[in-house]
Amino acid sequence: MLCKRVIPCLDVRDGRLTKGIKFEGNVDIGDPVATARAYYEQGADEIVFYDITASHERRDIMLDVVDRVASQIFIPFSVGGGIRSVEDMRAVLLSGSEKVSVNSAAVKDPDLIRRGAEAFGSQCVVLGMDVLRVEPTGNAPSGYEVVIHGGRKRMGMDALQWAREAERLGAGEICLNSIDADGTKDGYELTLTRLVADAVRIPVIASGGAGSPHHMAEATNMGHASAALIASIVHYGDYTIAGIKELMRQKGVPVRMSW
Amino acid sequence: MIAIVDYEAGNLTSVQRGLDYLDIPCRITSDAETIRQALGIIFPGVGAAGQAMRTLRRTGLDELLRERVERGVPLLGICLGSQILLQSTPENDTRGLELIPGHCSRFDPDLTEGGLPINIPHMGWNAVYGADKAPLLFSGIEEGTEFYFVHAYYPVPEEPYWLMSTEYGVRFCSVLGRDGLWAVQFHPEKSGRPGLTLLNNFHDYCRKAL
Repeated sequence: MLCKRVIPCLDVRDGRLTKGIKFEGNVDIGDPVATARAYYEQGADEIVFYDITASHERRDIMLDVVDRVASQIFIPFSVGGGIRSVEDMRAVLLSGSEKVSVNSAAVKDPDLIRRGAEAFGSQCVVLGMDVLRVEPTGNAPSGYEVVIHGGRKRMGMDALQWAREAERLGAGEICLNSIDADGTKDGYELTLTRLVADAVRIPVIASGGAGSPHHMAEATNMGHASAALIASIVHYGDYTIAGIKELMRQKGVPVRMSW
Repeated sequence: MIAIVDYEAGNLTSVQRGLDYLDIPCRITSDAETIRQALGIIFPGVGAAGQAMRTLRRTGLDELLRERVERGVPLLGICLGSQILLQSTPENDTRGLELIPGHCSRFDPDLTEGGLPINIPHMGWNAVYGADKAPLLFSGIEEGTEFYFVHAYYPVPEEPYWLMSTEYGVRFCSVLGRDGLWAVQFHPEKSGRPGLTLLNNFHDYCRKAL
């Protein structure tokens, strides 16, 4: 049976983590490579890097991080943030990442998904979606609207329709982030997660709101997500990834337990 | 030296990075002489079967691989590389290298797992069972260990070549072949420590086979 994946997400700016992440032992706090390596050794199934480097000129720093991660970490990982073109995608994939995620650039230019899938295969192309709960209207009949710029800009696009469109264009996976749940630690937006996961046949990664392993089991059992993205609950030492997986297993979630 | 066959089928550097990490000398190559000098051959692949076979035929690598296998040089096929060792695959209606009897099938979209329709491709970590059928390759790897998969087609070899199995709505063959000619549907280079152990076991076998 296919395992549900536990995926820590690391935010990187100018080659350093944006938040100092505490580990026992002598991991260099702030080094994305050492931190990714620590999560790999704790049993992470995949790792997501989100590059928030503002300046396009400094993006080569991230490519160097990707290259170093790929030489030390033998699980899949994806890189997102600021990917605007097939050339941006190619640079990240050639540096050693399996997957690349596109978000706002794909909202503005949906064909980017098709061009990326054609050039590198669907399995490489992840659509990141930021979604806001709204009153169901003509633009967003599902009651969920696509937003960009961290939720600051509403796009007048229905989240469910966008997910289906992205699948049709060749996205291999959707990372579905709820702006409402993000940062609350109150649990994932299960209604949204299930709505999207049931509407497409590609895997959906639930994102935003994880406060406990219980929430992650909810995202997979009730939300029908294939994977759960986590950040602060592991970054600040509330849980280890191994501990999370053990608790998920006890709740009946199939997870990878040997690594 | 292990030759990682370069036939324009996806990014091969992840296999190389895995071998580098294990201090196993290797080269990504399409050069016949280099491949002839190799202790063993890794035949990877990401992409579509039709294009892959066209490239192999155009470059003569198809004949070279058959020649090396006939001479007893160990070979490990990975993912698409495992599928095109077979006689045929419905993907682009492609005739394979015919090194292992059998064909491929595509996951049926009507299959379910845990009451839900399966996603296609099969992507993620899944357990591999039957390690006693490939004891040399799986030495030191526990029965039922999970490996990382990404594929929509799966191998259906003839019975004696069906070594190990995985469940995804259907029980399919995830390790096939025989001693010295193995193929794995998953990506050992992306499967953490168990995957690295498998690559190391393959290299150990190559050294002993010399």
